[in-house]
Amino acid sequence: MEVQQFYYDNKIVKNFIYATIAWGLIGMSVGLLLALMFLFPNLTDGIPWLSFGRLRPLHTNAVIFAFIGNAIYAGVYYSSQRLLKARMWSDFLSKLNFWGWQAIIISAVITLPLGYTSSKEYAELEWPIDIAIAVIWIAFGANLIGTIIKRRERHLYVAIWFYLATFVTVAVLHIFNSLALPVSFLKSYSVYAGVQDALVQWWYGHNAVAFFLTTPFLGLMYYFVPKAANRPVYSYRLSIVHFWSLIFIYIWAGPHHLLYTALPDWAQNLGVAFSIMLLAPSWGGMINGLLTLRGAWDKVRTDPVLKFMVVAITGYGMATFEGPMLALKNVNAIAHYTDWIIAHVHVGALAWNGFLTFGMIYWLVPRMFKTTLFSVKLANTHFWIGTLGILLYSLPMYVAGFLQASMWKQFNPDGTLMYGNFLETVTQIIPMYWMRAIGGSMYIAGAFVMLFNIVKTIKSGSAVEDDLAEAPALNKIGKGRLLGESWHQVIERKPVQLTILATITILIGGIVQIVPTLLIDSNIPTITSVKPYTPLELEGRDLYIREGCVGCHSQMIRPFRSEVERYGEYSKAGEFVYDHPFLWGSKRTGPDLHRQGGKNSDSWHFNHMYDPQRMSPGSIMPRYQWLTKNTLDISDTQAKMEVMVTLGVPYTDTEVENALVNLREQALQVEKNLHQDPSFTENYEAEKEAAAADGEEFVPIHKREIVALIAYLQRLGTDIKVKVSQK
Amino acid sequence: MLKFIKHNMTEIEGIEIYPIISLIIFFLFFAALTWWVVSSKKEYIDKVSQIPFKENLTENKNNNQNEK
Repeated sequence: MEVQQFYYDNKIVKNFIYATIAWGLIGMSVGLLLALMFLFPNLTDGIPWLSFGRLRPLHTNAVIFAFIGNAIYAGVYYSSQRLLKARMWSDFLSKLNFWGWQAIIISAVITLPLGYTSSKEYAELEWPIDIAIAVIWIAFGANLIGTIIKRRERHLYVAIWFYLATFVTVAVLHIFNSLALPVSFLKSYSVYAGVQDALVQWWYGHNAVAFFLTTPFLGLMYYFVPKAANRPVYSYRLSIVHFWSLIFIYIWAGPHHLLYTALPDWAQNLGVAFSIMLLAPSWGGMINGLLTLRGAWDKVRTDPVLKFMVVAITGYGMATFEGPMLALKNVNAIAHYTDWIIAHVHVGALAWNGFLTFGMIYWLVPRMFKTTLFSVKLANTHFWIGTLGILLYSLPMYVAGFLQASMWKQFNPDGTLMYGNFLETVTQIIPMYWMRAIGGSMYIAGAFVMLFNIVKTIKSGSAVEDDLAEAPALNKIGKGRLLGESWHQVIERKPVQLTILATITILIGGIVQIVPTLLIDSNIPTITSVKPYTPLELEGRDLYIREGCVGCHSQMIRPFRSEVERYGEYSKAGEFVYDHPFLWGSKRTGPDLHRQGGKNSDSWHFNHMYDPQRMSPGSIMPRYQWLTKNTLDISDTQAKMEVMVTLGVPYTDTEVENALVNLREQALQVEKNLHQDPSFTENYEAEKEAAAADGEEFVPIHKREIVALIAYLQRLGTDIKVKVSQK
Repeated sequence: MLKFIKHNMTEIEGIEIYPIISLIIFFLFFAALTWWVVSSKKEYIDKVSQIPFKENLTENKNNNQNEK
């Protein structure tokens, strides 16, 4: 057999590791800033691009796609080359993958704080960036598959299967969820509306967790844990069952994010059933990871790499036990919309993804720089403050979530709500928010310790950018089954067939759930009184999207007595048929807004946006004073309506034509309402005089953004109220 | 639970066959997988699970090169 010499590309791995550390620190720091805003709501007062609603998607995107994303690439590029005994197929694609991904992150860092967002969680980026993501992701996949094809190892190790499934599924999810019709360069509307948009979004959202935060990391676990422990995986047989059952079942579980919402019951129940089943493969994988360390537990006491990995796998086990429990309808009724969910996702992100990444970095860097770790003691310090940080972060959030849900549901003997004012349920849990901020700070401090340790390590070593290796070339063998070979062994050496099988496996769940909801009209009963938004309301809705209000306010009242009592009639599927995109939200830091229309006066909304603490002392909502000053941009109003028409919203030609006239009329009415408040008129006239004195142009209030937002808020949920009053 | 599913599905023709097909696919797939996993040869499993450890044949050679 001819022995071939070749070089592993270490430079690309090194770049991805640097990016992982840098973006990790940035993403976590933004998270800490957000945690502090719960305690000091006006911390970044007056700076729109540093407001909570705009930074929240930046935090989630930076942590998921920048920190964890770069960690995935680093691990995949390192392990795939070695498992396949080949350099990456194309250096150009490797570089394109690296620089393209960083460019995407930077464009997210710029556009999200500026308010360019689709508002769909973890898919907030606008359409040009979505296209870039698809291109770069396909470059990554092509590079991976190319490497597999020219490999020197006959059989594909299980980690490679996880990488392949990750590539295929994320591509499918990203493309289908991001389908949108552009209005302008950085504005688009989802092609789906209401219930359908919600189902597609959470099919995506749930499986982003599954196929971006889980399967690639399981692949990394199956490579790096055996390497660090220096013993093979506990059961390779179990890993095969783990792989197929995990990818088969995961894809079905998305609807558990929408329990008790207006989503059809059959879809909710299907989601619950598959979520419970998911426990089996998840724990199979966890047990396989932990038992790989059998006989090596003495090493765990001394080796920080293994310590990080043990806590990571344990965190995976806890989060994947909690997940199915949260998918039970009775548990979900308590946990949904509360900080319990924040605790749940952070156990996953901080322990499973974060700690596995840290373990991988501590293992990789000394090897790639042909040196030893600068300080094992510092790595152990990182481990301990990180672990304490996770506990101090998550435990108070569990308490906060449970406490708040209990207060939401508490009734007096006379049938009224004990905590009728939503704010009371917030002020009670402020101490928990303090502890969370401290826990988060500890975790970040640990990451900075790692930065110092890694910099020192790198300085003491020398980078080997092209690592020499040799392996015999792979002989061509027949297409069919070899003597004594089983069918699965055949698949394992045929990457294309394996990829196709994995694709079919993940498509089954998606098709069964989503196609009926999209095609069968009876799934979404229509309500005749539900009408499209007026031009001013449509503009107001876009401001609601821009400011990220959906990060703290839901628009989905569940059919519980406590919620109907607090917010009003529960939400119906038919009410959302013109909502491109849906804005149901997933967290109630503030109250639900679906029946907000008509509850408070226009003046109340104006004053509340201007200074929430003055209207509701103790409120943790930040001020939105720029809305009262900015001029409303109406240059795209008609284009927006035309796009809506294409998407099936029944605006007539005359409505589109007269949009600006109608908009002005409605805005003038809001202005008139605002003048009912004498103090508003007084301030307004004073402002007018000041502008005249300075010779500045004065923009009348009906042309400002706040008017559109008030019009939208006053419309919310009123379609059904109209019907009731007509009876 | 079933009544919700039935209500929505009655409009599709030949719907009765769907759950049966799903069950068959599901059952056959996992039965075949389990059968293979249980019956696969120990030598093969050992060989594959050793793949991550076979990459460093040239490590020493590498180190020597760096010293040059």
